[in-house]
Amino acid sequence: MLTIHHKLVEAMISQAMSDHPIETCGVIAGPAGYNLPLRLIPMKNIAQSENFFRFDPQQQLLVWKEMDARGEEPIVIYHSHTSSQAYPSRADAELATEPQAHYVIIPTASLNEEVRSFRIIDQMVIEERIRIVHQYQPELELQMVA
Amino acid sequence: MPIKVIIPTILRPLTNQQKHIHIDGFKVSEVIDRMEQQYPGIKAKLVSEGNAHRFINIYVNDNDIRFQEGLATSLQEGDVMTILPAVAGG
Repeated sequence: MLTIHHKLVEAMISQAMSDHPIETCGVIAGPAGYNLPLRLIPMKNIAQSENFFRFDPQQQLLVWKEMDARGEEPIVIYHSHTSSQAYPSRADAELATEPQAHYVIIPTASLNEEVRSFRIIDQMVIEERIRIVHQYQPELELQMVA
Repeated sequence: MPIKVIIPTILRPLTNQQKHIHIDGFKVSEVIDRMEQQYPGIKAKLVSEGNAHRFINIYVNDNDIRFQEGLATSLQEGDVMTILPAVAGG
């Protein structure tokens, strides 16, 4: 299960809507081992495509180094699906390389579809529940950027 | 001439869970060949048909080797080689 602050969900949706019809993408970092998303970092989709995304490699290096220096790991890796349902594509499953991460997909084609979350391990996709909370512990909220 | 190599989470099962290792080499390809001797199986995760895999990013210090000389990119003492799987999908 992914437990996540509503402000982070709103930030992902608003980024996805503003990038539509291009796929949006990003990462939410959190303290390593705590499974709690805190610091949202929108990433540049170097593919600039309606059906593919790839983090800009230069930005990814900087963000990954920063997470390492702060004792963080990617808790959520998110992207949008701009014309298909919010379920991992074959490419999503094949290219997933963070077994501890929650892979979140934001559908932007239809307002009726919900944001969904998945674990992807060895190309196996397992959907999980998202629990949206309205507050974290106060000291953690201070670390949250959304 | 040892080069510090930073190993991503997904490959740490091959390096006894080490986050970084020190490997000798004057070129990226030499470092990868020596890594393969110590940690068999790792080369196939990084290289295919003489090039870095399309969805593996390799950097020397802060520079993506795609914009240098690829696997032939030379290394100097003190360089850090970072391996990061691309985050990508459809």
